Amino acid sequence: MKEFEILEHTADIGIAAYGKTKREVFINIARGMFEIIAGGNKISKENLRENFYDKIKLEADNLEGLLFAWLNELLYISETKLVILSKFKIKELSDYHIEAEVGGAKINPPSVKIEKEIKAVTYHRLEIKKDEKSGLWSAQIIFDI
Amino acid sequence: MKQLWDGPLNKIDDYRWEIPKTYNSGMRVPGLIYASSNLLEKIRQGQAMEQVANVAFLPGIVGHSLAMPDIHWGYGFAIGGVAATTLDDGVISPGGIGFDVNCGIRLLRTNLTLKEVKPKIELLVNELFRAIPSGVGSKGKIKLSYNEIRDVLRRGSRWAVERGFGWEEDILFTEEEGCMKDANPDLVSKHAMERGKPQLGTLGSGNHFLEVQVIDKVYDPEVARELGLEEGQITVMIHCGSRGLGHQVCTDYLVTMQKAVQKYGIQLPDRQLACAPLSSPEGKNYYAAMACAANYAWANRQCIMHWTREVFAKVFRSTPEELGLKLIYDVAHNIAKIEEHSLKGKKIKLCVHRKGATRAFPPFHPDIPKKYKKIGQPVLIPGDMGRCSYCLVGTEKAMEETFGSTCHGAGRIMSRMKAKKEARGRDIQQELKEKGIIVKAESRGTLVEEMSDAYKDVSEVVEVMHQTGISRKVVRMRPLGVIKG
Repeated sequence: MKEFEILEHTADIGIAAYGKTKREVFINIARGMFEIIAGGNKISKENLRENFYDKIKLEADNLEGLLFAWLNELLYISETKLVILSKFKIKELSDYHIEAEVGGAKINPPSVKIEKEIKAVTYHRLEIKKDEKSGLWSAQIIFDI
Repeated sequence: MKQLWDGPLNKIDDYRWEIPKTYNSGMRVPGLIYASSNLLEKIRQGQAMEQVANVAFLPGIVGHSLAMPDIHWGYGFAIGGVAATTLDDGVISPGGIGFDVNCGIRLLRTNLTLKEVKPKIELLVNELFRAIPSGVGSKGKIKLSYNEIRDVLRRGSRWAVERGFGWEEDILFTEEEGCMKDANPDLVSKHAMERGKPQLGTLGSGNHFLEVQVIDKVYDPEVARELGLEEGQITVMIHCGSRGLGHQVCTDYLVTMQKAVQKYGIQLPDRQLACAPLSSPEGKNYYAAMACAANYAWANRQCIMHWTREVFAKVFRSTPEELGLKLIYDVAHNIAKIEEHSLKGKKIKLCVHRKGATRAFPPFHPDIPKKYKKIGQPVLIPGDMGRCSYCLVGTEKAMEETFGSTCHGAGRIMSRMKAKKEARGRDIQQELKEKGIIVKAESRGTLVEEMSDAYKDVSEVVEVMHQTGISRKVVRMRPLGVIKG
């Protein structure tokens, strides 16, 4: 199963992410977002020395809102702490609440740099759902670039 | 995701096309698209038209859901759209302004000519690139405390000028005199402040740029003279916005608006259109927070212009005053404003959303600089980095038809991924150099995504506005040197 794929949109860019569980789809969509930010370079241990950690606790009114809040919080951390995140450990997850530990590398060009700035996550075509037949989860998001 | 939009379009004349209200039962007004038939074909290759129809669902929308010829598929609202709503029963929608609140353009004139600048263009571009922080994650040269950023949000351009970044007269030549009075920093989140603090005075990335240009064509010599512009003269154009602060303000209020939509029972076809009544606390708070982001953007462009003046002074061993580095005008193209307009013969205050659209007020309008009273408001339309840009002026026709609004640029035609594919094996920087354009960019990726082929021809877009009389062409500028993020 693919973790995620990049979607084309005239002015912007999106991601479709997949997972066996809700937790997995939250992690995969975050991975996809940072792959865009890092410019399509696979984020791996070889080119990224982990030297940043943070804890996240978020709440929302529904699952879509939580996905929106999750990705926005990761963007906020990336932009204000100047880091590329690559590790996402979700401690707790419901439709309204998420608690996670995230890790990554501080930006240090040329090895660790931001290739693309994502201005924001949009609600346009935002979707997260479980396929009742296969039991698999998928999510879709469009970013403002 | 690409398919041809095949909804109904009624041709009004060669440049005006209507999406009838009957297209979708939720539409409160018809859609109106300004385009030539050639541009129309390009516009139909995305879902921009559907988005024009969707915007017509907004409660309190009046006139038409308008689309300029540079319109392209956005998220929620199309980019290149205008929507005016009534203050008593209408709504305000953060999606109708965009994440980059008060993304806009300013144009600076000089006394320099092509002959003087050409031999020094590489040096000039390099020095500008060094002086003006650009690119993703770029931090500015200004260190702001928490109290200082609140001051920036309240006062906009004036804050910058008082800190020594610019001249008193710059304020007069900025839309809204560089400050929306309704700004209230108490309504801006800590997250937004934290994103904005290190970024004041930075260009950012994507389509933002700083361009050294030469005027290569004058359409209206009389108006050009009033503006202090002539053929062969060097100008500088700056395109950027409110950076992370504006993005966060929009994000925060999108969450507020999702709740407001339920609270006030508003029916919408796309959640990115989420909105709240202008008369509600949610609507008023967003307007006051958006005004803060708009003020930040004006301060941002003001600082960048100041450093541009310093670089010119250094490179040409003179002073900004001697070099005549005056601000022609600064316009926002992602903003909502409360303005007075005529509706069915009656004067009425409306909230005009401009998402990728520029204000274009006519001569004698009270909100334009005194100096431009007779000619109308300058309208600054950037093209892509390989073609040209325009300076136009607003007209009475724009007040009659488009709530005093016009186009904002060329408009993308190719997705960023497609541009990357098309550019494989090409050296965009070298191609531009051969055309006499020196480009310096923080990332090659940006350069490829922003290549000319990814955009519509701005001349075609501007021609529609000129032919319909919505705005009038004054001069055309050709790029010589470009800085990108």
